Amino acid sequence: MSAKFSKAKEHAAGRTPFAPIDIFLQGALVVNALGVFLPIIFMINSSFRNGADIYTSPLALANGIDLSNYRLVLTEGKFTQYLLNSFIVTASATFIVLLCGTLAGYALARYQFKFNTAIYLFFLAGLLIPAKLALVPLFIQLKNMGLLDSRIGLILVYASGAIPAAVFIFTGFIRALPADLDNAARIDGASELQVFSRVMLPLIFPVTGIVGIYSAIPIWNDFLLPLVFIRDTSKMTIMQGISVFFGEYGANWGALFAGLTLAALPLVILYVILSSQFIKGLTAGATKG
Amino acid sequence: MEKQNNMATRNVTRYQRPWIIAFITPAMILTVIFTLVPAFTLLSYSLYGWESFKRGDFVGFTNFERLSNFPFRGDFGGAFRNNVIVFVTLFLVQTSVGMILALAIYRLRRGKKLFQAIVFLPVILSLVIVAFMWKLFLDPLFGPISSLALQFNLPWLNQPWLGQPGLALFTLIFIGLWRWVGFPAIVFLAGMNSINEEYIEAARIDGASEMQIFRKIIFPLLAPSFTIVAILTFIGAFEWFELPYVIGGVTGQPGGSTTTMALLFYRLAFGTVDSATVDVGLSSAIGVILFIFVGIGAALGSYYLRKREIQQ
Repeated sequence: MSAKFSKAKEHAAGRTPFAPIDIFLQGALVVNALGVFLPIIFMINSSFRNGADIYTSPLALANGIDLSNYRLVLTEGKFTQYLLNSFIVTASATFIVLLCGTLAGYALARYQFKFNTAIYLFFLAGLLIPAKLALVPLFIQLKNMGLLDSRIGLILVYASGAIPAAVFIFTGFIRALPADLDNAARIDGASELQVFSRVMLPLIFPVTGIVGIYSAIPIWNDFLLPLVFIRDTSKMTIMQGISVFFGEYGANWGALFAGLTLAALPLVILYVILSSQFIKGLTAGATKG
Repeated sequence: MEKQNNMATRNVTRYQRPWIIAFITPAMILTVIFTLVPAFTLLSYSLYGWESFKRGDFVGFTNFERLSNFPFRGDFGGAFRNNVIVFVTLFLVQTSVGMILALAIYRLRRGKKLFQAIVFLPVILSLVIVAFMWKLFLDPLFGPISSLALQFNLPWLNQPWLGQPGLALFTLIFIGLWRWVGFPAIVFLAGMNSINEEYIEAARIDGASEMQIFRKIIFPLLAPSFTIVAILTFIGAFEWFELPYVIGGVTGQPGGSTTTMALLFYRLAFGTVDSATVDVGLSSAIGVILFIFVGIGAALGSYYLRKREIQQ
């Protein structure tokens, strides 16, 4: 059935006739690709050059791969610490989101209890509140809880921001799965936790990837929350660290470009490997399927 | 055995109740403490006077009144106007460019995946990285853009793009566009891919031109994607913060011309480098106004836009 459908689709796609407008459209794609790549290539190229050379001839090519800027960035500043902090914060927050989101989504999708709809609406309300705007109350609250200037505070705020959307996506997905599967496991004597971990988790694994990307990328890329909550440079995330770095090395453009390249690198590498999953994850909710 | 059979139904047994509570509680606690409570606290904060981060007396709607009077009226009005400009420009350019790129990829015979990945690439980059990158590119003395302009004798390109009050906001919008245009493009493309091929086949057999197929079939059926792009652009534009902050600083340089409401909100709460004009009450009032404005705007927008969507 699905093979037949995809074959029919392929057949139809193969017949898209050439129209004059295609010249313009394909031209637009080429211009867009240049617009995307030229700045990135320029950034990488400049990261191999020293500041004085960049000032005298910004557009010249680098003389080979000179890594001294990278050595400077990685040894003198706290760049590796920033990267490590970002990794810790993003991974922990995403793990909490996936754990809480799958559990709550499973409970809401599978059990018909008194407050089911009310709790579902509660998460909907959470989804509509932009955490950014509650910055001052959050600041004071974290201060009172002793979580200001701490990675744990950051992790909890990020997790809280992404949980409502995760609950929604998981609830919707689990509702669409046949209930016979978990009921069969129950008849075989599985406990509720076993039903969840042995039957549900493998089934929702693909969605877990999408929700994971959906939660993790904005956390990794975020700037505002660490800007407000973190003062101690040894706890800063990379996006906050890069602004500190720009203040310290403002005159050394070679180092600045190396820093930018390093900060962008982890996600770009992942994107090259997993681009379709990234696209699906980041447009989750905006597109169906 | 019989008990287990009961459990097989979807109704909750006594045995299952603790499990349900255990499953839902962690998600609820985190959402309550770090999302709902701060949001409601924000409402109350806007009704109090503040001395730095110490709450003073209840003042009713005084903070909101102060926003509508001198000297904050000018700041607030200017910031709001900038957000409107950002929204309208972003929306017009982003939607049309996104649509062109989506249609181009949709009509490709080969390399769809590749171009999809290229178009979407800047979307994954952090706004902070993008902002700093362009700040260096557009540097009037050492930047590659001005050097390009000198080399090829293009005076129009050799401008203080980020240093001129009338120009800086539009330069920021251009940078935002560079970063974000892939998003609407992919959303439109997904919309196009979900259109039943038979409609397009049938139109082609009936002798419709490719332009007519786009205008009469593809474009109208993209209405749901259009709604999503419009709403997300609206929310994003009115919460615009990182780009103006990184490039123009908290005071919205040059000359306050890049101040947005989120920037004003941040500046009033956490101060500037040079002056310590912190007023949490005013900042919270802006937060409340933004929250209500974005909420109502998004709700009304999706209501009206959904009405014009057609079922396939």
